[in-house]
This record gives sequence, structure tokens and C-alpha cells, in this order.
Amino acid sequence: MSRRRRFNYEKPENVTATLKRLLGYVRDRIGAILFVLLLVILSSFLTIYGTRLIEPIINEGIIPLIGQEITTESLTPLIRLLIALAITYLLTIISEYLVGKIMVIVTNNTLNKIRNDLFTKMQKLPISYFDEHTHGELMAHFTSDVGVIREAISDGITSFLYSSITIAGIIIMMLRYSVVMTFVVLLLLGLMLLITTLFGKKSMKNFTVQQEAVASLNGYMEEMMAGQKVIKVFVHEDKTKQEFSTINETARKASTKANIYASIVGPVSNNMSHINYAVCSVLGAYLCIIGKMNVGKLASFLQYTKNISRPLSRITQNFNALISAIAGAERIFKVIDAEEEIDEGKITLVPLKFDLDNSLLEAEKRTGLWAWKKPDGELIRLRGDVRFIDVVFSYDGKKQVLNNVSFYAKPGQKIAFVGATGAGKTTITNLINRFYDIQQGQILYDGIDVREIKKDSLRKSLSFVLQDTHLFTGTVMDNIRYGKLDASDEQCIKAAKLANANEFIEMLPDGYKTVLTGDGANLSQGQRQLLSIARAAVADAPVLVLDEATSSIDTRTEKLIQEGMDNLMAGRTVFVIAHRLSTVRNSNAIIVLDNGEIIERGSHNDLLYQKGQYYKLYTGQFELD
Amino acid sequence: MKKILSCTRKYLPFIILTPIIIMVEVLLEVNIPLIMGKIVDYGIPSNELGTVLKLGGNMVITAFLSLMCGALASIFAANGSIGFGSELRKEVFNRILNFSFENVDSFQQSSLLTRLTTDVRFIQMGLRMTMVMAVRAPFMMIAAATVAYGINRDLFIVFIIAAPILITAIVILGRKAMPLFRYMLTKYDGLNDRAKEYLTNVRVVKSFVREDYEIEKFKEINHELMTSSIKVESLLVLISPLMMLVIYATIIAILWLGGNQIMIGTMRTGELISFISYVGQILAGLLMLAMIFLNMVRLKGSVDRINEVLNTESSIVDGDYEGTLEDGSIQFDNVTFRYESSSKDAIINADLYIRSGETVGIVGSTGSGKTSLVQLIPRLYDVTSGSVIVGKHDVRDYRLADLRKEVAMVLQQNVLFSGTIKENLLWGNENATDEEIIEACKVANAHDFIMSFPEGYTTNLGQGGVNLSGGQKQRICIARALLAKPKIIILDDSTSAVDTQTDSAIRLALKEQLKDTTTIIIAQRVASVMDADRVVVIDNGEIIDVDTPENLLRTSEIYKDIYYTQMEGVEL
Repeated sequence: MSRRRRFNYEKPENVTATLKRLLGYVRDRIGAILFVLLLVILSSFLTIYGTRLIEPIINEGIIPLIGQEITTESLTPLIRLLIALAITYLLTIISEYLVGKIMVIVTNNTLNKIRNDLFTKMQKLPISYFDEHTHGELMAHFTSDVGVIREAISDGITSFLYSSITIAGIIIMMLRYSVVMTFVVLLLLGLMLLITTLFGKKSMKNFTVQQEAVASLNGYMEEMMAGQKVIKVFVHEDKTKQEFSTINETARKASTKANIYASIVGPVSNNMSHINYAVCSVLGAYLCIIGKMNVGKLASFLQYTKNISRPLSRITQNFNALISAIAGAERIFKVIDAEEEIDEGKITLVPLKFDLDNSLLEAEKRTGLWAWKKPDGELIRLRGDVRFIDVVFSYDGKKQVLNNVSFYAKPGQKIAFVGATGAGKTTITNLINRFYDIQQGQILYDGIDVREIKKDSLRKSLSFVLQDTHLFTGTVMDNIRYGKLDASDEQCIKAAKLANANEFIEMLPDGYKTVLTGDGANLSQGQRQLLSIARAAVADAPVLVLDEATSSIDTRTEKLIQEGMDNLMAGRTVFVIAHRLSTVRNSNAIIVLDNGEIIERGSHNDLLYQKGQYYKLYTGQFELD
Repeated sequence: MKKILSCTRKYLPFIILTPIIIMVEVLLEVNIPLIMGKIVDYGIPSNELGTVLKLGGNMVITAFLSLMCGALASIFAANGSIGFGSELRKEVFNRILNFSFENVDSFQQSSLLTRLTTDVRFIQMGLRMTMVMAVRAPFMMIAAATVAYGINRDLFIVFIIAAPILITAIVILGRKAMPLFRYMLTKYDGLNDRAKEYLTNVRVVKSFVREDYEIEKFKEINHELMTSSIKVESLLVLISPLMMLVIYATIIAILWLGGNQIMIGTMRTGELISFISYVGQILAGLLMLAMIFLNMVRLKGSVDRINEVLNTESSIVDGDYEGTLEDGSIQFDNVTFRYESSSKDAIINADLYIRSGETVGIVGSTGSGKTSLVQLIPRLYDVTSGSVIVGKHDVRDYRLADLRKEVAMVLQQNVLFSGTIKENLLWGNENATDEEIIEACKVANAHDFIMSFPEGYTTNLGQGGVNLSGGQKQRICIARALLAKPKIIILDDSTSAVDTQTDSAIRLALKEQLKDTTTIIIAQRVASVMDADRVVVIDNGEIIDVDTPENLLRTSEIYKDIYYTQMEGVEL
């Protein structure tokens, strides 16, 4: 499941700090981990010991009996040794199993924690963070970065330890048998290591080339899948096939090359160990002939030669896995350490009720009325009075998007923003709910600077219907209920009726229980907008922001939902952005924006009378010739 | 399956040679413990270094040859499997490009992409596994077993007992693990979907202050993923100890039985040592086979998904008529059309004649069938009954390229590709001159904003490039279609994001510059069709009224309705 990024040797920046932090995730399982380490040490000793037992079995258990009469008594040493071997093996197996089992639990719990931390953190990042990073980039933290950490924890650490101890142990044992032979073995192993490292380096280089080629191939395919219909309309099939063929061929060549270098290491090191074995047996035979060794010892020694090559090639793999894991963890920690959305506000939103003497009181349940509660307990009734005073804003600190924008919306008023794309309409609404913070000026909400209001409270007081409707996986009902989690089915259906969505919902295969997947891919854009209006209706917030909320709904349907929309807007402060000027006509004030500045404002009739930009826009629609 | 296998053609030599070389490698490898045993049994007791050297030399040569074979097999396997993968990907991609709109609708974009990437890669790995491991494992087992049998028949019984035990255990484990594994994968996908969904919906989440709710939901699935992972992995960690158990038990049994044989002189020590080496080879081969089997089962899903694409035949194929459109006239003759996936007719008994060079507007509410109607003109879909006659021939008679080159359609959901603005415009006509491009962009009201970019027409779009507004994109799409110099141009709600002023300017330019081009405009805004020669009113798939806009205002209830909802109060 974790996509392997074997040859992805990104260099981590601060190994010790990252490692320490990673260890922090396993702190509460430190006992289990220590136990595992103990078991690993034990099982590497057991393996070495098991191999060592072969020699006495042959030399003491079997060879002395050749040609002798076999009695139960003479067999005793052999039986004893075999039992010892059996116990050794059994202990190895048990400890191997325990290590595996414990590490499964430790690994999964650790990853669970890391994922939770990562996701929780992502909830706290400001919108600008999501503007600056692509979805692919952020998703990679959940998939590949967590994947490399998984590999390192589940297998890397234990097998690194196991391999190191085994190698050290085997070398010590070998030395006890024959110093000369050990020296030869180490020489040959060094050669083997050199060759595989060389291949590894080659393969790493080619792997980078391959990754680029594959990325560009995938990018091309993604684009063409999205543009399939355009390809057909312009009869571009053959040209696309040709282009694809070229990119595909480049990727094939790069992949083949990278793959050869990566896969050749296996047979090379495998057979190198055979050569090693051959050389050792010749040397060993020679030593036997000159009487410096015996057959049993040689058998054990040769077994060691065989056993040492596997941990040796594994240890390099483990090391690389560990490095990638640390790099992966570093990338994840970078997100976790990213600056959170600033929320210095202390004023909260509370439901409101009136005392007998008409003084304000905080209610326990929703009353439909709201108040701002200051830290000192003072309540200010929420009326929905929003004022922008000389607001200056820029997304990147370079290009000014809003320039000295001032306007006000009195409680219950409907304010419309009109202007060309990029004039700053959506930006204004994103400032009211503090998706972004302004550089200069002030935004007042019921006389309170929005920065003094806790972000959660501020946003709860505003309902948004956005231009790009996004829905969630789940039923239609769940999606409407997103506006208010404790809404009853009846409330949701009422909201759907208000948005005129009830009709099409009931036509769906399972009505309100129809499951939407892939951002509501099975619904038309207009239907999605109706759903998002229903979602906002159920939220029942005192201030409503409609950003092109009906752009994909045809005018007849829009007329049908007009009554519902009027009901929804009644008594609330409403901000409307619409291309369709008929939608904004009955606003209390229409604000015409151009290049981040307000160029006209007034009621529909005022503006028409002024015969300015609005007049032109409005009559532009009526222009017959 | 036949279609998938046919993709091996180009790299067949590699694909055939790989298993052959692997077999040679195995034969060489199997010899090694045998030679080793001989060194112990004959070389050492002979007390002659010459014999040992000869045997050792044999072994080095064998190992070296085996190394060469292994390396060669790696090279061939990489060439064969990756070559096959790239052929398969090409086959699938080309097949997708030949899809009709109906086919395109029936597959999700993301699912097609998964097939092109993950599924192709899995099948490619499957081939590699078949070429290498599926040949190596059984062949190694057979070869090792033969040699082991040759060394000592009696000891061979141990294998006959051990092998079935190991196989049974692995099969039981595999069977238990598979469903758990699949379940775990759905949780894994679910977790990724949750995270992805959050990323696309981040503004909704934040504006409804649902962060805690999202975290709750994420934690829930994350926990499910953890428990299901632990469940399946706990089973999988059994495999290794289980295998060790069997191997170790076998070794002990062989040591005991072999030891006894050595004592009575029916076996030699070296033989026993090589025999033990074969234990590992044979049982590891078994394990490898089991793994291959499990992987092959997993592969089936990928194979099915690829086959689904390869077996999809486009219903829309070239006609026999080799000429092109005679003019820009369009005639719908009692046309009824229904989408394959739908149970309701999208167009019902439509009759309509559009003169060559006429400008026709189409209005109607969402889902009334406007787009469905015009999509039949470039034969993006085929009629269910009746006929569509374009340029005096039935659309089904033309070769698709001939028809579509003369019928330019600006789609509702349009796409620009990464590359420069100019490259995108050239999609309309690859041979267009710069003058033609500028001319088309002026008509589409795109020239001015394009020139406002520092790099003008060579401005890069897409990743790292300029972000165009919706209206700007639409204008480039219109220019792109204009460059094709078609006889018929269809604008399917193509100016919805363009402001009204620009919209009317575009319409004016179209009217002036494309007098001979039949123009069909679908629009939400009634203003967009008010200067058309005629307007078609569609409701619920039926053509209700066709007349001049002025007449419709008097006669058509629906048109009046639409008109007044949009124009209400404008009369000054």
C-alpha cells in the first residue's frame, strides 16, 4: 500500500532533531520498543548460535559414529545437540513473531498519530497556505511521506539492528574458526558492496530521470483525460496519439534504464556471494588438507559466509529507507510547524434571550437571536451591521487588490457588489470572514473590529454560498445538514424546499438518502448550487453571503426560488455578488467595483440615474445592436 | 485478455528470452551446492589440492555464468516488461481517445487515469513476475528437488511431508488475509479521499466552522484504517515464522535422518550439507509461488478494469461519404435522442431547419435539452431515431474528421491545455498565420487582454503560468474555434462568465465577420440571443417555438417568461 520510493534519497536537513521528534511519537510505547530491541538482539544471537551448532552436530554427533555400532547411548550427543538446535530455532521463531506482532501495533499506532496530527494541523492553517500549496503536494504528505515512515518503523529499524548485530556476530564467529578465511571473506564482501553501491548510484541517477519522465507522462495523460471532449471536437485524436507516443517512449526508455540498474543488483550480489562461497570452500579444503581445519568447522564457516551476505545487502537498504523516512518526516513536520491561522479574538458568539426587564441574557440553546459576548461578560446584540473603513488589501504584499475601500451595510440590508472579474468582489467577502487579513483600515461588525472576534464565532455568524459549489461524500441529507450538524431531517427538508431543491432531490434514486461521491459528480452544476443554498439556509446565520450563488441556475428556476431566497434573506444582512444584474436589482445598495476601487454606489435607480458604469453594464445587457 | 497479450508483440523476443535465461541461471545455481558437497566429500579427503582447485574453479565459473545470466535476465526482463507496459498504456490511451462522447460519459475521468497509471503498472509488474518469479520458483524447486532426490532418496521423504504443510498453511493464511487486506485498502482509499475532500472543500469547512467535525470524521476513518491494518498485518507477520518453523523442522529431521545414514555409511557428510542447502531453495520456492498466486489474484481487478476500456467499442464510426459539407445548413428530421444511461428522451421529435449562414439562438431552462440538441450536429452523439442532415448529407455519412472540421463547437465545460496561448489557439487550425490568430482573437474580444500580458500570445498557461479568469478562458476558447474557419459554429453557453458588455461586443463582431457562417448560440441570458435571426425555445426536450425574437415576444409564453424574468423593470 505504501508506494515505494526506494531510490528517493532526499537528504534530510536536521537528522537528530527529526529523529528525536519521531521518537516522541512512540514515547508511550517505549516499553514495548525496548522489549522488541531486546528480542532482536536475542534472535540475532540465536541465529548465530544455531549456525554454530551445525559444526558439533557433524563433528561430535555424527562423524565419531561412522562405522561404529550405533547404540542409544552413542546417539545421545547427537540427540542432545539436535534438541539444543530445536530449542534455539524455536526461540528464534517465537522472538521473530513477537517482534513482528509488536511492531505492527507500534507502527500503526504511530502512523495513526502522525496522520491525526497532520490532518488536525491542516484544519488550523490559513486559507493562504492552501493557495500556496497544490493539492498534490499536500496529499503526498498523507501518502508517500507517511509511507516511507511506515517502512522505516515497521521494518527498517529492527532489521537494521538485526543486521548489524548479525554481521558483527558472524564476523566474530568466523574469526574463531579461521582468521585467514575471515579476511578473505571480508575482502570479497567489500568488493561486492562496492559493486552494488556503484549500481545503486547509477540507478539513483536514472531514477530521477525516470521520475521526471513519468511525471510528465502522467501530467500529459491527466490533461488529455480532462480535455477528451475538446480533443474530439477539434478532431485532434491523431495528433494527441502522436504526442503521447513520444512522451510514452521517453518514459519507457528512462524506466527501463532505471529498472535495469536497480534489478541487476539482486543477481549480482547473489552470485557474488556464491563466488565468495566457492573461494572459501577451496581455501577451506586446502586448510583441511593441511590439517588446519576440519570438515565440520568448514561446514559451519561456509554457512556463515552464506548468512552474512543477506544482512549486508539489507543493511544498505535499511539505511536508505531510514534516510528517506527522516526526510519524509521532516516534510510532515514542516506542515505541522507551519504558522497557524492567527486568532487573537476574544469576543464570542452566544445565543441570546431577553430577561423579564428586557435586558440581554445568554441563552443555553439556539433562540434565533445572537449576541457578541465580550471577555468581561458584556453582551452586545448581533444586528449584522458591517462596515469597511479605508480597507487596503493585497494577497501577496505586492499587487493591491483592494484600495481604500469603505462601505457600510446596515442591519437587514442587501448589499450587492458588481464589477468585472478580478475587480475585488470575492475578495471583500473573504475579508469579512477573515479568510485573509487586511493590511490597512478596519472592518467593523456591529461596531467591533473583526479581529477582536474569535474566528469560529465570526464565521458561525456568516453563511456563505460560494461560486464553486463543493459537496461532501455522503448522502444529500448529510450535505444539507453540514450547515447545522444538529438539524433534524424535517429542518433539512424545509431548507431544501426553500431552495427549490426538494423537487430534484426526490427525483434522485434514493431521494435524500442518495449518496453523493466525488464532489457530487452525479449532479448538475445548477443542482449543486441549489443544494448549497439549502445548506446555507439550514445554517440560519444572521449574515448571508451569496457569491454567484445562482450563476448556474437558469433564470426561470431562479425565479422559482426567488420567493425562497427572499424568505432566506428577510431580516438578515446580505452581501450578493452576481453577474446577472437582475439578481442584484432590488438591493439596498449596489457597489460597483473596478480594479479594487469603488467607483459607484447607490440603489439601482440612483445608479441608473447617474448613467455611469452601472448604467452601461445594465443597459449593455439590453443592447440590441 | 487477448487484447492485453497482443501488446507483448513489439517486445516479444525479450519476453520469450527472459524465462529461458532464467532457467539456465537456475540450472547453474542448482549446481552450486552440489559442487560444494563434492568439494567436501571428494576434494578434501583426497588430500589433493588439484581436485579441490578443479572443483572450486568449477564453482567460480558456474557462479560467474549464473551472474551473467542473472544480469542478462534483469536487462531483458526490464526491457520486456516495461516495453509491454508502455505498449499497453498506449493501447489503452488510444482506445480512450477513440471513445465517443457517450463512452466518455460512462467513465469517470479519475478512474480512466487510474487505469492508465496504476492498473497498467500492476499488469506490467504481473508480466515481470510471470517471466521471472513464476518461472524461477517452480523451476528452481524442480531442479533442486531432482538433485536432492539424486543425492538421497530416503531423505527426500522429508520434503514430501514438509511441502504440503507449508502450502496448506500459506493458502489458509492467504485466504484469511485477502478479504482483510481488501477491506484495509478501502479504508486506506477512504482516508485519502477524506483528506482530498478537505483540501478541495477547505473554504466550505472553514466558513461553516466545521474543523472539529472534519477532524472527528478523519480520526474515525484513521482509526478504522489502523485497526484493519493491524488485523491484516498480524496475520501477515505469521508467514515468516511459519516458514521458518517448517524449514527448521525439516533441517532437524534431515540432520537426524542424514546423520544416521552417514553413520551407517550410506551417505557422505558433504552430501548432507548440500542437501540442507536444497531445503532452503525448495521451500523458499514454495513461498515465492504462494506470493505469486496472491499477487495474481490481486492483479485480476486491474486486468478487468483495463479490459473494460479495451473492450469498449465506440458506436460512432466514420461514414462512407468522402466529401465534405456543401454548405452550412442544418436539418433536424424528426429527431429523438436519448442518452444511453438515461431512461428519458433528451430530445423528442425535433424538426428544425437552419439556413446556411443563419444565426440561431437557443433558449430554455437547465436540462431542457439545448446542449443535447446541438451536440447532434457535429455527431458527438448519434440520434436514437430520425436524422440530422448537415451540409446536405446525413451526419452519419461523413467521415468524422470531415464533419467536425467544419462544425466548430465551443463546449460549455471547456478546457485549455498547458502551453502558450498561441499553442492553444493553434488547436483550431495548426496552419493559422499570426494575422489569422490576431483576427480571430479580435473577434472573440481576447486580443486586448492577451496583449496586456507581458508575453502576449506566448504567455504560458497552466502550471506556473498566468491564471486566466473564467471569462478570459471562454474568449480564448471562442477564438480557438473561430480559427478553424468552420461552416458552422456552435457556442454552447460560451460567454456565461464574460461580462455583458464584452458579450455583446463579441456577438456584434461575430455577426459582422462571419456573415456566411451558420452560428448557433445557446445562452442563459436572453440578451445574448436577442439579435439572432431566429430563436428556438426548448422545453423538456421538445422544440416549442421557433421564430424571430420579436415575434416570440408576442407568441411564446416561455420566451416571454424568460424575457421578463431577466428584463423586468429595465424599461426606463
